[in-house]
Amino acid sequence: MGIRVNPRTTQKIAKVVIWSAAILVLLLLFTIIIYILSKGIPHITWQFLTEIPSDMGKSGGILSAIVGTLAVTIVAIVVATPLGVGTAFYLTEYTRESGVTKIIRFSAESLAGIPSIVYGLFGFIFFVTYLKLGWSILSGGLTLAVMILPTIIRTSEEAIRTVPPMYREVSFSLGGTKWQTMTKVLIPSALPGIATGIILGIGRCVAETAAIILTAGSALQMPTSLFSPARTLAVHFYILASEGISLENAYATAAILIILILLINIGANLLVNRVVAKRR
Amino acid sequence: MSEQTKISIRDFNFFYAKKEVIRALNLDVRENEILSVFGPANSGTTTLLRALNRMTDLTPGVYMEGEILLDGKNIRSPDINISELRRKVSMVFEVPTPLPMSIFDNVAYGPRLSGVKNRVLLEHTVEESLQMAVLWDEVKDRLHNSAMRLSGGQQQRLCLARILALHPEVILLDRPCSGLDPVSTSKIEESLRHLKEKFTIVIVPHNVQQAGRVSDRAAFLLMGDLIEVGLTAEVFANPKDKRTSDYITGRFG
Repeated sequence: MGIRVNPRTTQKIAKVVIWSAAILVLLLLFTIIIYILSKGIPHITWQFLTEIPSDMGKSGGILSAIVGTLAVTIVAIVVATPLGVGTAFYLTEYTRESGVTKIIRFSAESLAGIPSIVYGLFGFIFFVTYLKLGWSILSGGLTLAVMILPTIIRTSEEAIRTVPPMYREVSFSLGGTKWQTMTKVLIPSALPGIATGIILGIGRCVAETAAIILTAGSALQMPTSLFSPARTLAVHFYILASEGISLENAYATAAILIILILLINIGANLLVNRVVAKRR
Repeated sequence: MSEQTKISIRDFNFFYAKKEVIRALNLDVRENEILSVFGPANSGTTTLLRALNRMTDLTPGVYMEGEILLDGKNIRSPDINISELRRKVSMVFEVPTPLPMSIFDNVAYGPRLSGVKNRVLLEHTVEESLQMAVLWDEVKDRLHNSAMRLSGGQQQRLCLARILALHPEVILLDRPCSGLDPVSTSKIEESLRHLKEKFTIVIVPHNVQQAGRVSDRAAFLLMGDLIEVGLTAEVFANPKDKRTSDYITGRFG
């Protein structure tokens, strides 16, 4: 039955296919990054980084957008991390598999698949109008928190499940309570996985536009409090490009956005590695 | 070995998922003895050990009847502080499982949980425990290295040191040498002989020979029934029950 292929030949073909896939993906990624950076970096000046936009973003800088991005993201992470990690611990450690855990998991998975604009609409109705938080960093951050919650729950749950079950037994057998076992053994062991979820969440927050426009607005001035409206880099870029205000500044903003994400990822990795290295 | 009873197991039945694992067990553990509880796989030996410090609570679907008295107090009664019980009756598992932290932190883990913060006291406890577990000389220069890099035999002695740091009264050992080489095994057995002067030890040995080598008394469990118990020498030389002699001589199991 079928054609007999020499296993060595299959081996070679597989090698070629797998290598080409990897190289193709790398090429694609680097092309995009290099294209944007090369188009954007020439327009980045000290002034561009330290001034707020003027003339709708045609001139001036993007400082308010950088601040807006960081503020909205920080609010989202600060709110979503304890909720998400807490839910993950509830699902894995504080309850046995039941109808309730299935419902929570199913809801989280469904939420993960909803387009961000729907979160934006929810945020607009609930945070902006019903809770009267207005278009603000707080509304935007809370909306993003809801949006990234499923990701954080999912990755944290996976991370906690990969902690060897014997660690729990050992901790309990040495007189540890559930809480002590969680804080001293499970969280440190699951930290790299939990951090992955948080980094993915940061990425989604920084890149979000639709949900932000509906909840934080697109104000150009410098935000002064959590209740100020704000424009994020992604929103600024979107408006500059879609309304043809300034393509140069759009590319420069995109370059800053990419550099910001790179810096956050590198920083988070360094932080996690420092913690993990102590435990190997 | 004194004649004082440390643990008294009375009419103990244990069910796991409706299946009876231990049947009507009556067994005493005396103070400062090494009691080995041996038998073929699925005889209830490990379950009995885990019931003694209520590690069985962690397994869903178990049901128990009867009493387990520690110094006359039923450890199954609801007012027992489980953390305290597990510090008093501590366990070494079959698979050596250091926690992913340094050697020092592993041994100090238990004392820290119970609130010991004093550095000097911790250092003293760690050294004393490692010495009792015959591991100190091998690790004294690298206490702050990860415990994950120790060999299997060293890891198991670390696990022993880790429970000694709790200053327990009873030590439970579940096949502590099953994955270890003969040298590590003899080191652990050597430390047990010293330890019984201070502690009461219940061991599920990984083979009949170990039961013969290390224990004062031996209890033979078969399919959840206690077949016989007595001084190890007597159980091995003149088993009263044919099933015991068949098992010891290797005719089954």
